[in-house]
Amino acid sequence: MATPKKMAPRDNGAPDHKVNLHPLMAKNYGKWKYHEIPKPGVLKHVAENGDAIFTVRAGSPRTMSVDTVRKVCDIADKYCQGHLRFTSRANIEFLCGNEKDVEPLIAEINKVLGFPVGGTGNTLSNILHTQGWMHCNLPGTDAAGSVKALMDDLYNEFVKEDLPYRVKLSTSCCTINCGGQADIAINVQHHHPPRINHQGVPICELPKVVAICPVAAIRPTNVDGKGSLEVVEEKCMYCGACHGQCPSMEIRDAQTDTLTIWVGGKNSSTRKGPAFMKLAVWGLPNNPPRWPEVSAAVRKIINAYKAGGRPYERIGEWIDRIGWKKFFEVTGFPFTKYHIDDFKLARTTLNTSTHVRL
Amino acid sequence: MSDKNKKTEIKTPLLDELKTGPWPSFVNDLKKLSERKPAVGELLGQLEQSYEDNWNYWQGTVLNVDGYGGGVIARYSELAGKFPNIAQFHTIRIIPPAGWVYSTKKLRELCDIWDKHGAGIMQMHGMTGDALLLGTDNKTTFDAAEELMEAGWDLGGSGAAMRTLSCCVGQARCEMACFDTMGVTKFLTDTFISQLHRPELPYKYKFKLSGCANDCAASMQRSDMPVIGTWRGPMQIDQEEVAKFIDKHGLDYTVNNVITRCPTQCMQLKGKSIEVDNGNCVHCMHCINVMNKALAPGKDRGATILIGGKRTLKIGDTMSSVLVPFMKLETPEDWRKLTALVERIWEFWGENGLEHERIGEFIERVGLGTLLENIGLEPNVEMVAHPRSNPYIKFEELAPGRMGGEPEEAPTVVNKETEGFEKA
Repeated sequence: MATPKKMAPRDNGAPDHKVNLHPLMAKNYGKWKYHEIPKPGVLKHVAENGDAIFTVRAGSPRTMSVDTVRKVCDIADKYCQGHLRFTSRANIEFLCGNEKDVEPLIAEINKVLGFPVGGTGNTLSNILHTQGWMHCNLPGTDAAGSVKALMDDLYNEFVKEDLPYRVKLSTSCCTINCGGQADIAINVQHHHPPRINHQGVPICELPKVVAICPVAAIRPTNVDGKGSLEVVEEKCMYCGACHGQCPSMEIRDAQTDTLTIWVGGKNSSTRKGPAFMKLAVWGLPNNPPRWPEVSAAVRKIINAYKAGGRPYERIGEWIDRIGWKKFFEVTGFPFTKYHIDDFKLARTTLNTSTHVRL
Repeated sequence: MSDKNKKTEIKTPLLDELKTGPWPSFVNDLKKLSERKPAVGELLGQLEQSYEDNWNYWQGTVLNVDGYGGGVIARYSELAGKFPNIAQFHTIRIIPPAGWVYSTKKLRELCDIWDKHGAGIMQMHGMTGDALLLGTDNKTTFDAAEELMEAGWDLGGSGAAMRTLSCCVGQARCEMACFDTMGVTKFLTDTFISQLHRPELPYKYKFKLSGCANDCAASMQRSDMPVIGTWRGPMQIDQEEVAKFIDKHGLDYTVNNVITRCPTQCMQLKGKSIEVDNGNCVHCMHCINVMNKALAPGKDRGATILIGGKRTLKIGDTMSSVLVPFMKLETPEDWRKLTALVERIWEFWGENGLEHERIGEFIERVGLGTLLENIGLEPNVEMVAHPRSNPYIKFEELAPGRMGGEPEEAPTVVNKETEGFEKA
């Protein structure tokens, strides 16, 4: 007998965060006074009444088996009164009520989970990433794998707090860029207009495909008596928006897709306001399983920033101070015509002063 | 349908290169899981194929739980012949507790449900902020959803809907949070849960909430409506702690890293104390970050509401811009003021937005002035970096015709009815 169907819009809404809070967080909600970083990967938050909660931050691979998550829970039960949280950059924060538990907790995270402790203060964050070949329908590259390879290379920057200031990274598997803005971001670029499968196109919502093109390069046409689409190749800049809308507009190419690295983005309004990231390097090969060319380029940027950045300067602020000329000098990347914007509002990105570094 | 329990040996030499190295490896983890979940082994097999061919083998389609217009990310494998157990391999998006805080009891509950019905792969969390549960087919998706909802969980958003919200840890563990980010996140989610589950907007609408300008929720460029904590009036200064900070770090350090880094130069050092021109403080948080024992946000707290942030697709990046410079967000009445504002925006944008047009793109097309007029907000100088510099303006109050007694109708080519052309 089939189970009676109970499904209907249940609309439960958001789970109650209060039942999930560590007791010290619930008790001191809105009454925290200051915080310290006793050592890399550990935060100490002190409340007005003197209560202190210790956060041990561990890097995670984001994609985990239920077995691993259960091990995380075991550790949190043992040392954290059964509470933890995740951060916006896929770190796990073990919330610990007793100072004496901090060291054993760290030891167990390292030993049982094999996860590094770090990511606080002036470190390089765990990399935000998209689904990639593991589960997306659009990707030009992998996410979980490329991030694992990159973080292997950048491991010390995560566990040691010796950068000028914090550095956030993200990777995205296509130009739609679900990974978002970051101090250093890695994106895929395509190099051909979409290849149209005229048999498959009619199942797509054609007006939506036409509408989504940022440069109005797509228009309706008739192929063998049936409605289809065509692309004005001169206009198309290979963004892949149409591919997201219609799988029969194939934008990817296994041989020619490349990776680009962008720098200097930030969300916070601290000091200077938020900034978009800018193109640093293009044309890096999409080279699984370890993408060594990408790691090498990111390493160059990190090293130059480490050598030249001042305390509290994010990468974008460091570049603003030294200028893009110097950035390309110290990283060794060539400045090319492709670094000059030619899309909408491009002229607002030009130098409209005589401020030049000679 | 193949035998789900049948396990075949799948070789993954390329992925195996990701088993080594200091950073935790998802390959090791999933290989272990594949010993009891054959679908996971096949998932790695398909991933290996992708590594070999630089190519993706997932097709995306739509699968909806009854009454929900999103929340399930349906995936069908193009290599189902080779990997029958992942012919259908869907993700369920789950709304996490605000601030991604979990008790192990609730987290284990998620693990158990997913172990029972799915492939047992979890992603904590996706880029939108949802908890992602990977690996169900067309039947088990419904079984899992049923059990999840019975336990009080709910599906996250996808498509042209309000999306699952995300927020920083806020007042639960941060002295800088200027409002209850978790509380407002839950309130907005619950208030607009229908718009989250049943896409009825021109395109997606994301909220991200940060307790202060450090913006740990990355809202500025990643959400259509960032809500960012701030304060009015004087910043709190503990001059004793200021003196202690200077004694500890030295005068040079204090001048170079606090005083001169202030974006509006509103701080001055007077001996071993700090003087702030509060009227010129832009609440950027830098000095408070550096001297968080000595300095703190002021006591009259609220949030700045911004609008229109999004990444590239399709007009290019748009940064969020200020919509309401300061809104108190303390009481339920305050929170309802925020939801009322959102409703007015959705109504106007819903009526006039184009297919696929994010609110930032809509504002770019119709102008912020038009939006303000239609949602009943007064212009405020904090909305702009500077006043306009182009002179192509229609000053409505000074327009000729209506005032000067000239004909109300413009000369028309065709003598037609002027229905609806009412006197002002």
